Amino acid sequence: MNGTRPGWLALRQGQAVDVSSIPLVDADDFASHMLAGRGRGGRLANLFGRRLPDGGVRLFAFLAFDTDARIEVCAADLPHGKLTYPSVTAHWPAAQAFERELAEQYGVFPVGHAWLKPLRYHGTDDGSAAPWGPFEASEPIPGNYPFYRVEGEEVHEVAVGPVHAGIIEPGHFRFQCHGEEVLHLEVVLGYQHRGIERLLLHPNATRSAIVAETIAGDATVGHALAYCTALEALAGARVSLRASALRGIALELERLANHVGDLGALCTDVAFLPASAYLGRLRGEYLNLTLEICGNRFGRNLLRPGGVRFDISTTMADSMRERLRRLERETLEVLDLMFSQSSVLARFEGTGKLSEERADEIGMVGPAARACGLRRDVRCDHPHGVFQFSHIPIAVETTGDVYARAAVRWLEVQRSLEFLVELLGNKPEGPVFEPIGRLRPNAMALGMAETWRGESMHVAFTDEAGKLAFLKVKDPSIHNWFGLALALRGVAISDFPVCNKSFNLSYAGHDL
Amino acid sequence: MTVLRAIGAVPEAVAVLALPPMLLSIIAKTKAWFGGRDGPPWLQPYYDLMKLLRKGVVYSRTTTWVFRAGPIVNLAALLCAATLIPVFSDDTLLGFGGDVILIAYLLALGRMLTVLAAMDTGSSFEGMGASREVTFGTMSEPALFLSFVVLALATKSLSLAEMLGAPLQAAWGDVAPAMLLVVAALLIVLLTETCRVPVDDPATHLELTMIHEVMVLDHSGPDFAYITYAAALKFLLLGSILVHAALPHASWALWIDAPLRVVELAVLAMLVGVIESSLARLRLQRVSLLLAGAFVLSGLAAVLTFYRTHA
Repeated sequence: MNGTRPGWLALRQGQAVDVSSIPLVDADDFASHMLAGRGRGGRLANLFGRRLPDGGVRLFAFLAFDTDARIEVCAADLPHGKLTYPSVTAHWPAAQAFERELAEQYGVFPVGHAWLKPLRYHGTDDGSAAPWGPFEASEPIPGNYPFYRVEGEEVHEVAVGPVHAGIIEPGHFRFQCHGEEVLHLEVVLGYQHRGIERLLLHPNATRSAIVAETIAGDATVGHALAYCTALEALAGARVSLRASALRGIALELERLANHVGDLGALCTDVAFLPASAYLGRLRGEYLNLTLEICGNRFGRNLLRPGGVRFDISTTMADSMRERLRRLERETLEVLDLMFSQSSVLARFEGTGKLSEERADEIGMVGPAARACGLRRDVRCDHPHGVFQFSHIPIAVETTGDVYARAAVRWLEVQRSLEFLVELLGNKPEGPVFEPIGRLRPNAMALGMAETWRGESMHVAFTDEAGKLAFLKVKDPSIHNWFGLALALRGVAISDFPVCNKSFNLSYAGHDL
Repeated sequence: MTVLRAIGAVPEAVAVLALPPMLLSIIAKTKAWFGGRDGPPWLQPYYDLMKLLRKGVVYSRTTTWVFRAGPIVNLAALLCAATLIPVFSDDTLLGFGGDVILIAYLLALGRMLTVLAAMDTGSSFEGMGASREVTFGTMSEPALFLSFVVLALATKSLSLAEMLGAPLQAAWGDVAPAMLLVVAALLIVLLTETCRVPVDDPATHLELTMIHEVMVLDHSGPDFAYITYAAALKFLLLGSILVHAALPHASWALWIDAPLRVVELAVLAMLVGVIESSLARLRLQRVSLLLAGAFVLSGLAAVLTFYRTHA
């Protein structure tokens, strides 16, 4: 393929390749090989390991070249008994969470990693010791977690969570404060670890698809789409245009519900009542549209490898379009009110700033990255399905603060609404579901989707019998949690909630 | 005569004690209407208080008697203040010359014990709340004091009942601009002291942003009922000072005066509800600017009044 470099295999999302065709590089050169890829404009999209039958670990690295819809992959083998290699993180912080995951899952030691701490707080797959020592399941998190500490007479520490006052997921936040100013925030997650990647290998394919939908409940469609894309690629199946369109509709409805709900929650956090009340109601209306399609407000059981399980009739599409037009009017009216209220903007502007360089360095994705000025959107960069035909412009802001993150979502709400009204009036014909055939043996394929939080990526491997042997899930949150921690530096601790809400990252998606 | 007065004061005192939760209800209803909701039942604050009073109390082992004394002393201080502040009529139960000073210190005493009780828990949240409460308290107290100074200058009295009674009506004729400034300063003091938007958000569940609520996180049962009631009573008392300062008139018959003042207080509660519904909360660092503003307003009013009454 065009532009491929030695030591890399180029592919697109929704494409299957033979596992044997993935070039292996020497483990000692792995980091420098990746840095060379970064030099060519690559973005670290994924980095994970897979246990080899002999006890060694094979590392897989995925670099995304967003401008020409290309993913490049390479691998490196770490032999049993010598699970170490020079860390990528030492030169490229974007790898920090991935290398911590490698250390935690397999006991791999990335030498030179500056922040080598447990990521999800569980033992390695074979019970061997991780670089920080053996796992003590009896010790409660975060009791014995090696927190970064700021020392000083006037420095105080605030611990929040894992049980929170609101109805949110569990996570522990440790603030090092000087008065009201946050010097450092450390986020400790892992409370939601369910072993999703193992559950996904369930022999019953339906069960596996259902698990994929529960990776992050508010991004059900996004994860199901990436999962289906990967499996369909392995089966060499093509999904009908109509099914692709329905998937696109579900994905954008999910984005609308979450963006609108989050903008309302931002208003709640700054005590701006009218917008918070109306946006909360409007979120319900968008969820109800999804409910009408498939019987579930979060789009469960809609997407399956091979298509979608529910069709939208012409009359239903017409009624949905009409309601979307009404909702568009109401939503944009409330958002206009919100974004023209100076007391609201005073809270958003300049709060939790993140520079474009910093966001790029740590590999951020999704609306949080676009708010810093990075043009990254799977729907445009790596289009698949309906997005190959209808393009949604990327929404970008430059200031990188809470305002920018809110404004990006505001823009995306407008564009998703336009997209939906257009697509609902103009759906292609065809069947909506065709079972996929057998999976290609000894192959690897990847599926990506722009969930409302950013890029989700599912990488699937088959064994020689053509059975699903390994599935790696990446939720956008794993890139972005570090961004939240950095954005908090120098911010008043009372602004943490609004800052956190502007990212609204997934705990379940991170913990898997 | 005194006996008759004392008997006559009983229904008035009962009404004063019964009214505060209703004002909270009016605020809640106003906010609900702005959000397009019906809101909680009118009597909900009373139900909440009854529920809390029937509950048991949990005390952390790290706390001492200070923690238990906090809510009681705070409520007692405010109840004492209630006997010195005119609510329905221009008269007070135990008013005397110089009672304004006592009132200010009673309010400060309540705050001090609440803050100490919060510190007593040793929780980092409550310490944070206590530090914020004290920071903003030290800025709102001078504004309140200066407002009292203006009223005292204008009415040549140091008894709150007279400072807010008929003599003030004359002062409005003399130095209306100064009186307007005082009313504005008192409104800011009211919003701060009763933890309303834009200073604090009584509806939030986010500990990191709270001021008052975070200080009382560890209180439960009847203790928490005292705190909730005391907060409502504080709103009534400071609200009464504001209403009397804004609309002073000579004492009429109680059956005209009392309903009129209740309506005025209800309007004030609705105004607070409207403010809460139309403004976002200020960034915490900006609150001090708002309070400095209140201080400057009342200071300016003091200069104006002094100039007018002595030149």
